[in-house]
Amino acid sequence: MVVPIWLATKDKDIQRIEVIDETGAFIKQFENTSELQFKDGFRPIEEAKADLYNGKYTSILYIKSAEKDAEIEMFYKKQPGFSTIIKIEKTIENVIRSAEIQSKFKITKEQLSEIQPNVSVKAISLDPDGEEESKNVAISTGIGFFAAILIYFFIFMYGVQIMRGVIEEKTSRIVEIIISSVKPFQLMMGKIVGIALVGLTQFLLWSILTGMIYSVIMSVFGIDAASTSQTANMMDGANVPGVDNPIQAVQEGLMTLPLLQIFISFIFYFIGGYLLYGALLGAVGSAVDSEADTQQFMLPITIPLIFSFVVAQTVMENPDGTLAFWLSIIPFTSPVIMMVRIPFGGVASWELVLSMVLLIIGFLGTTWIAAKIYRTGILMYGKKITYKELWKWLFYKG
Amino acid sequence: MDLLHVKRVYKSYADHQALHNISLHIKRQSIFGLLGPNGAGKTTLIRIINQITGPDKGEIFFEKEKLSPKHIAQIGYLPEERGLYKKMKVGEQALYLAQLKGMERGEAKYKLKLWFEKFEIDGWWDKKIEELSKGMAQKIQFVTTVLHEPKLLILDEPFSGFDPINTNLIKKEILELRDKGSTIIFSTHNMESVEEICDDIALINKSKKILEGKVVDIKETYKSNVFEIVFVGNMIAFSTALWTGFEILESNQVNGRMHVTLRANKPSDMNELIKTIVNHVEILSVNEITPSMNDIFIQKVQEVMPETLEEQKEQEVPSE
Repeated sequence: MVVPIWLATKDKDIQRIEVIDETGAFIKQFENTSELQFKDGFRPIEEAKADLYNGKYTSILYIKSAEKDAEIEMFYKKQPGFSTIIKIEKTIENVIRSAEIQSKFKITKEQLSEIQPNVSVKAISLDPDGEEESKNVAISTGIGFFAAILIYFFIFMYGVQIMRGVIEEKTSRIVEIIISSVKPFQLMMGKIVGIALVGLTQFLLWSILTGMIYSVIMSVFGIDAASTSQTANMMDGANVPGVDNPIQAVQEGLMTLPLLQIFISFIFYFIGGYLLYGALLGAVGSAVDSEADTQQFMLPITIPLIFSFVVAQTVMENPDGTLAFWLSIIPFTSPVIMMVRIPFGGVASWELVLSMVLLIIGFLGTTWIAAKIYRTGILMYGKKITYKELWKWLFYKG
Repeated sequence: MDLLHVKRVYKSYADHQALHNISLHIKRQSIFGLLGPNGAGKTTLIRIINQITGPDKGEIFFEKEKLSPKHIAQIGYLPEERGLYKKMKVGEQALYLAQLKGMERGEAKYKLKLWFEKFEIDGWWDKKIEELSKGMAQKIQFVTTVLHEPKLLILDEPFSGFDPINTNLIKKEILELRDKGSTIIFSTHNMESVEEICDDIALINKSKKILEGKVVDIKETYKSNVFEIVFVGNMIAFSTALWTGFEILESNQVNGRMHVTLRANKPSDMNELIKTIVNHVEILSVNEITPSMNDIFIQKVQEVMPETLEEQKEQEVPSE
């Protein structure tokens, strides 16, 4: 389950581009970035092409002319991402533009860079009450990502724990004794609720521990920073937050977030998502004889969860987009995606309510399905269960 | 009076019928043997009585009341495939299972101690199940089944996993429980133990009840009027005395004594046989050879077999 996350975050392709520039005008203009590295080829294009698969370059950029709407060719062995192409286009456009400007207006490169504007937009949300609030996008992203990771892992961890518990009861054959005393549904719900409480207790302990570590660190390193900025403020005579103090900047950023809302939603989506997936995983546990047989049923259940984690990054880039909206409404993806969206503050109340209600309906539904499968599954031994079989179990009565 | 009345119960699963029109009367304070070959439907019936599954059709009455969840605390169940939580301690686990059956913790603890002393296992309280041998775990399991003093005790192959000494111990406990007022449903393949402890039996084969009644009555019905006589005297005088009412199956002389196996051609009792021969030879012993429950079981099951096989074929054809 860690692999897809790693793949999703790792997905940055570094392009080593060999530039064959017949005009000679651009060769010095390309700037290397962390993802794009340009090298001058100093050789004819045919030679470079023939050598592409032997060399270290991932692609060849072939510039034939320096005209405004020049067509530039790129030969690759590893397909460059869409964003890479845009970046290259932008770079070449910039180079051509600068060159044109320099030659038309007869100015030097330094003069050009002096007049180059450097604008950054500070996003400030304006409440209906006229209250201004600037949000730190980096902190929102951080919190959103952190919450998404926690929810993802908690659902997996405790969901699988339910599944293991069910398998244990089944293989140790105690289950028949227990269900002669309690109803299968009670046994299943007992297991789900019990493990949820274990999870919440653990989460609480972690929170307290984190809080303690945080306050210890603050008391060791923080007092210094706070007092210096306070003296600085007193000297300035104004209540300007110490911009050059990163800890304080983070603290200030955190204060602007709807922390209570985040916390309550986190608990809700944790419990809701856990119940939704936990019931299904419990049903899987009841249908198999050993943990080795769970794979075929685990996959379709975990796909939406993994998917929601993988697209979490995209959602962060556009937290109020259509994709973000729908995924935060659909019960199977909402626990992760909604937690990504909430720190950005753009979630309307009705969206939150709709998402929560659907999640509740969702877990009632999966619990119903799970109960049906569980009831039949726990007493079924030594039989290879197929999806067709599971489907039949849903309609058994009594 | 019946403790449990099973009335025309049907149950079928997707691919086969498990129970077909099963009716049973289980008398209070008796041991009822539920017999049948593997796959006959015994476990299904037991699960229905335990309310683990429900019947498709038919009803079950517990003390004249319709069986309902409130009766769960009055039933104790020892399944054939059984086990306990391996990582849990013996005492904790027994208490947990007792509380699931509605016992108070204190009461359960007190009674558990008594049972543990009785079975001489009081040192096991804090051991984990995985540390015990299979037989030891079975003992614990038996105790947890009977601890809440259920009115109805359902034991499915209770002797499996026990050595002969412990089998006798459990057998003694079962009889004692009956004498104290429990009613016991006893499901097994072990016909010897059926003869020893069952009062009544029902034989189920291929989802149908094919035989039921008191063990003594059934043996009476299935006796084949075969006797074995040992006497000292003249074999010719013996056979002429028998007239035509008896057929000699086998005779041989051992150490001057005649051992004769014979069958009465019409149902007759031992007195009649003795009267016929008492004046002609010196009788040392007369035994009626009765069929064992095992013989009856095999005979009954095989008797029904051809018919059910045909039925099965008929059922299979349209489905294909």
